This record gives sequence, C-alpha cells and structure tokens, in this order.
Amino acid sequence: MKLKTTLLGAAAAVALAPLAAQAERGEDGHLNIIYWQAPSIMNPYLSGGTKDLEAASLVIEPLARYDEAGNLVPWLATEVPTTENGGVSEDLTSITWHLKEGLQWSDGTPVTSEDVKFTWEYCTAEGGGCAQSEKYNDVESVETPDEHTVVVNFSVPKPFPYGPFVGAQAPIIQKAQFQDCLGPKAPECTDANFAPVGTGPFTVTEFRPNDVISLEANEHYRDPDKPAFATVTFKGGGDATAAGRAVLETGEFDYAWNLQLAPDVLEQMASAGQGQVVSSFGTLVERIMINLTDPSPDLPEGERATKEHPHPFLTDIAVRQAMSMAIDRELLTEIGYGEAGRPTCNVLPAPEIYASTANDACLIQDIEGAKALLDEAGWVDSDGDGIREKDGVELSVLYQTSTNAVRQDFQALIKQWWEEIGIETELRNIDASVFFGGDPGSPDTFQKFYADVEMYANNFDGTDPEAYMANWSCDEAPSPENQWQGNNMPRYCDPAYDALVAEMAQTGDIKKRAELAKAMNDMLMQNYIMLPLVDRGRVSAHANSLGGVILNTWDSELWNAADWYRKDM
Amino acid sequence: MTDRDDVPVEPANNPAGAGAAPALDPATEYRPPRNQWWDVWDQFKTHKGALVGAAVFILIVVAVFLGPYLWTIDPTYIDIRAKNQGPSLAHPLGTDQLGRDTLSRMLSGGRVSIAVGLTAMLLSIGIGTLIGVIAGYFRRLDGPLMRLTDLFLALPILPLLLVAVLLFRDMLSAAFGPEGGVFVLIVSLIGITSWMQTARIVRGDVLALKEREFVLAGRSIGTPSRRMITRHILPNVLSPIMVSATLGIATAIITESALSFLGFGFPPDFPTWGRLLFDSVDRMQLYPERVIWPGLAISLTVLSVNYIGDGLRDALDPRIRGR
Repeated sequence: MKLKTTLLGAAAAVALAPLAAQAERGEDGHLNIIYWQAPSIMNPYLSGGTKDLEAASLVIEPLARYDEAGNLVPWLATEVPTTENGGVSEDLTSITWHLKEGLQWSDGTPVTSEDVKFTWEYCTAEGGGCAQSEKYNDVESVETPDEHTVVVNFSVPKPFPYGPFVGAQAPIIQKAQFQDCLGPKAPECTDANFAPVGTGPFTVTEFRPNDVISLEANEHYRDPDKPAFATVTFKGGGDATAAGRAVLETGEFDYAWNLQLAPDVLEQMASAGQGQVVSSFGTLVERIMINLTDPSPDLPEGERATKEHPHPFLTDIAVRQAMSMAIDRELLTEIGYGEAGRPTCNVLPAPEIYASTANDACLIQDIEGAKALLDEAGWVDSDGDGIREKDGVELSVLYQTSTNAVRQDFQALIKQWWEEIGIETELRNIDASVFFGGDPGSPDTFQKFYADVEMYANNFDGTDPEAYMANWSCDEAPSPENQWQGNNMPRYCDPAYDALVAEMAQTGDIKKRAELAKAMNDMLMQNYIMLPLVDRGRVSAHANSLGGVILNTWDSELWNAADWYRKDM
Repeated sequence: MTDRDDVPVEPANNPAGAGAAPALDPATEYRPPRNQWWDVWDQFKTHKGALVGAAVFILIVVAVFLGPYLWTIDPTYIDIRAKNQGPSLAHPLGTDQLGRDTLSRMLSGGRVSIAVGLTAMLLSIGIGTLIGVIAGYFRRLDGPLMRLTDLFLALPILPLLLVAVLLFRDMLSAAFGPEGGVFVLIVSLIGITSWMQTARIVRGDVLALKEREFVLAGRSIGTPSRRMITRHILPNVLSPIMVSATLGIATAIITESALSFLGFGFPPDFPTWGRLLFDSVDRMQLYPERVIWPGLAISLTVLSVNYIGDGLRDALDPRIRGR
C-alpha cells in the first residue's frame, strides 16, 4: 500500500510538473545569471556594449523584437505593422504602431504613446551622444494621435521601417523618469541610468556598476503569471572560464553568456554534467579593426585618434591588404572556436542573401604574396632589423583586444604571421569590462581606439543589415564631439560609401537591397578597413535545471527571460 | 664593553679589505689576517636550510640566465602542429596550446621574474636605507619621514599599480619600448611601495647605534655626519638590510606574478612565471603540469630566498656567530 501511494504520488508529480512550471509569478525563487563582462549602465542609449544591452533587456523592452529564427514578433505592440495590414503606408514613409492595452510601467503608471515619442526625442537630442542613433536615422517626426497609437514619419521612403523602437538596442524608456535627462545631461542622470523604470519582467532593486545587479519580479508585468522567478542576481565580471565553470561544473549559476572558450576547454567543462552548452550561428564576426587615424600618445588628448591626424602607414592600402593576406583564418577558427566558428572574409556573413562571395580569396593564407605586395609598395627592410620601413616610418603596430584566453591565442598567432612579413607587433590586452565599457573617461575603450589595430566581435540584431552597414558612414566615427560614441571604429570615411548607405535607406526591393549590402560589404573588405576572421556561433550555457532558454542570436539572449522556469529535477 | 666585537667594521664600500685585526703580538704575527666575511661564511655554513636555499637559488638564477643560450628555442615561436604535447626529447616539459615550448618559456619567464625581483629589491633597499638612516640619525627629520612611511604603508599596492599602469604605460613604452617600459614601471612601482619595512627597521637600529660610545667617540673628534653614517652607522646596520633585501626579492617576485596573473603588466605574449600560470588556468584539469611548473618555480625561488635571508640574519649577527 505504502509503495503504491508513493509511486502514485511520484507519477502525479511527474504529470503535473509541466503545469507547475507555468503556475504563478515568483514561485520558482531565485535565478542566477553570470555575464563575465560586467554591465556598467542599464541604459542602452548610452552604451554600445552588448553586455549593457542584454542586462537592460530584462527591464526595458521594445515595441517588437526578433525571435530565435530572426522573425519580427510584436512585444509591446499588438502586431507588427506591414503594408499588408495597413500599418506601413503605401509610400513607405510612415509606420503606425499600436501599444497593447493595459501596459504598465513597473511603478504602476500606464505606458502611453508619449513615452514612445519621448524615447525618440531622448536618443536624437542635441549633444546627447546616443549610442543607438543609427536606429533612428531619417526619422522626421513621431506623432501620437492617441494614448496607444504611435506614428513614425520618415523623411525618406523606408523599405525596412523596423529600426526605431525595435530590438534590444532601441527599447522604450519612461518619459517621467528621463525627461530631465536630455542631451548633454543624459550621462548625469545616474539613478535613471542605473535603475530605469521598465515594462519588462524584472525591475532593478540594486545596481552596482561593473559588479552585481539585483532584480526582482516586476509586479506590474503584463502577464500575471510571469516571470516564474521572484528575484534575479545578475553577476558581472570575471572571465569566460570562471563563468563557464560556474554553470557547467559547479552549478552555482543558472545561465552564462558568451562562453568564448577554446573548444577543448568547453567540452571538458560540459562533461561535468551540471549544465549544457547551447550555440547558434548569427551575424557575430570576430574582426580586426584597423585604425585609419593616428593614435600616437604624442598627440594632445582630444586630437589623438581623430580624423585630424591620419595614420602614418595604415592609410596605405597595401599594408592593410598584406596584413589580411598573412592571416590563416582556417587555423584561427580551428584553435579558437572549433565547431562553433567558421572562417569568414565578410563582415556581413548572414543572412544568406546578404552574404558576399567576392572576397573568399582571403581564406587562403599567402605570406609570400603579402611580402611581395609590401615590397612593391616600397615598404622594405633597409636597416636589417626585420621590420619594414619607408621614408623613416617603421611598420610597427600596437594590437589591442580584451582579456580572454582565445583572443590572446589569436593575438600570439597573428603577431607571429605579421612579424614574418616584417610588421612589428606589440600586443596589449585590456579587461573586457573596461574595453567594452564605453566610459569616455577611460583611454582603454574600444571606441577611443588608442591603438593601431584592435580585435573584437560584433553583430546586429534582427535580419536587416541596413543599420549595421550604416555603422561605417563618416558621422558614425567616435570622436570627442560625440562623447566617443559610435561604431565606426576605423574612422572610415568615404562619400561613395555614405552614398550607398543613403541609397539603401531608400530602396525597397529586397534583391536590390541585398546587392547594395553586398556592395557595401565588398567595399569595406576590398579596402581592408577591417579584417574579418571568424564567423562565430553564439555559445552560452545554462544549468540543466533551467527551462525555457531559447538562444537567440538576433536579439538579446535574455529576450524571453519572462518564460524561464525552474525544472523539477 | 661587551659589544666590542661588532664595533670595528670596515667601510661597506670595501668589504673585501683587511678585516678586524687586533693589535698584533709577535705570537700571532704570522697568522694571515682573516677577513670577517669568512666568519660570516662559517656561520652561514652551519645553517643547513640556508645552504640548500642558496644552492637552489643559484641554480635557478644560472638556469634562467644561461639556460636560453643552451636551450635556444624561441619562447614565443608558435608551432601549431606541435600543440598540447607531453614531455618529449624535443620539448622536455611539453608544449602549450599553441605549440610553444614550455621549457624555454619557463626559462625566459624566470629571467623576467627574477630580474624584476632583484631590481625592485635594490630599489626598495636603496630608498628604505636612505630614509631609515636619515630618519634615525637626524632627529628633526624623524617625524616627517616616519609619517611619510606610514602614508606609504597605508597605500594599497595592487590598485595603485593598476592606476599607474594606466597612467604611465604609454609614456614609458615610448621611452623604453613596450617590454622595457613595463619593466621600468613594475620595478619602480614595486620598489617604491615596499621600502617601508626596511626604513623602519633601519631607523630603529640607527637610533640605538647613535647612543653607543663609539659613535660618541667619533663625534667627539669632530667626524662630520656624512662620514659618521657611511663609516660607522651603515656597516653596523648591514645585517637587517641584507635580511630585508632577501625578503624583498621574494615579495617582488610574488607581486609581479600576481600582476601577470591578473592579466596586467607585461604584454600578453611576453612570458613571465605569473603569466604562464594565468595562461594555464583554463586547462588546469587537462594539463595540470602547466600550472605546476611555474607554480613550483615561483615557490622554490621564494622559499630558497627566504631561507637565505634566515641564514644571513644568523650569520651577520656577531652575538650568535660562533655559538
């Protein structure tokens, strides 16, 4: 009898488990997330760092975002406007969003179209240095006919009108909280930037920059049964190894982001059986950016690495091309990423229709060709020290990246290749939280780029590359004038490229858009402005007991954190 | 006059010179004059730990400074086909994840670590002795200098190092090259943040010495302060200085390793023992030997240096000597 009851009880528990998993808010207790790059701010408009975007995505949300397949799904809006459902005007110059009924901020006030409009005003305010301004390109005005309707008017026809208010990079912020923080005052509103009022499943209870964020379930979240977790600890800092161990080996944490670890290391960690590794390919490309401006420390602060001072030798395309030819991308991929990487010659490797094949020659390493190219361009080693020079300028580069074992291995390998072709290479590694921190006061950020070349990975959310390719237009170059924001790290500036960007912004036909995107990619690649190395799959890990994780490479990885739950084990 | 035997010490700048020869009587006239350093050596020899320590330390120093001439594989040369190899004839300690030879990395890493240790020690001893002697000898400077020492003692060294690396890195690497610049930076930072103990000990000894009769006698015949210090004070505080020097080497090596282990300091491809440790942590479970070798080298060096210090302290103390 006793045994039978026990067995029945067990059977009942198993049968009820999936039901129990989606029962009520906060019943699954505590969730531990570890990001080995610590978030320094919760406002994506003031930071280009992925870690900040993702942390913020737990709290603030866009009108629509991308799912794991790259499709747009409505989030705060009732549906995704299209020309078919009348949400996008026939002439492609306006898009109309409808907010869901009854949306509330975490302080209990209603979300209105005014907040949406304000978000646009916030990012485009004069002197604000908004990090996501390319999302709001060509927005002429935002109208609010009623409390739930937002009409975005573009100055030009927008074939892809899903830039503003879409994706983790352009979430809606509360007007009441940020209205005194416009323009140059934006970075000063510390309280708002650290604990924004949001619509997401969680709200910030304590924010310690570059350390820990404590969150709790948002009691005004639109789905009364979610999130399943009552509290969240979002721990930042450390390194990828420690994060991987914390989830896969010791089980202290439930979710670890971006485990950039060598394949053998990852495999060995996963064998401990505490968690599992998930990965998926997107648009993440590990690349070397080449600085076209002079980062010399002899220049005064404020002029260093700005367009007033062109680089002494990296402005010579032969040098850049030789640097690219000397690299064996296949080998780098094998060592650093294994199955989770593919060698690439494009900065825009996906989706399929946008992927160019014009540059695939770079997949084959050609040391001799690189040497010949440098010889031809007049860069020769005349004083016998192993370093080529011309007119007294030596080919000597400072190569910086973030501190990460895989990146340091890449640095060592690439240094060896470059020294083989006569380019002296000095390596530097910087703590990832600082490097990607975006702090205008630090000399070591990837935006300031006080080095000759730097390596990191970047991607774009969604499937449309328009905003991403616009990253390399002239006005996107970080400089003191825009508080060192922007994504044009090489400070590339070519009117022909800007013209392509403008043309793409006005082209509706998908084939034509693909051609333009490829043309832009090829232009960057064939000018060797940046050297793509590896098309990286996103690799993350979650504990076996954490359910509901769907790895999304097109948006924030925490996009569906509201649906996460604790599995009964 | 029980302390007569530690009075007559020759100037420090001439330690090999004739030693303490008492007034000779005809019976001992033919005994060759004995250098006092032989007494020190005799005493040092009796300390087993110190002897072993000295042997190990000398071995390590010789290995890292001469080794690269015998073992000529470039420590930064990447031979990717030979990655993750175990010990073999071609690579006695195996290779790392990029196929770099571990033995040559250990040797050149040790060269840097020990060079940092020795130079930083010299610097800190220099500053510490100077401040200690001046503070002890000149009463008026005592207060300010000791408060300065307290101030430095209160500085947290690692954060200070990190800030300094950020501030001065560019300037120094322009002047001395990337590795040289960081070397100067790390050595001087370790030097100027570790002289305080030496200064305090030296000051204490100088205060006591100042009241001795031989100093009084020296002063009464009009010896200027400069000569008093160099001829009578310094030689007598040599023993604590030597001891803190050996301990200083150990601390400097550990600080450098800690910095490299944290990923700061020298460029990432520049091997030091701390950096080798740092690089190996990821694969610690797969290849434990890669952590063990540099760890062992650091521990052995520090331990042997500490033992040498211990032996020297005994040997240099005339009251213990001969017992």
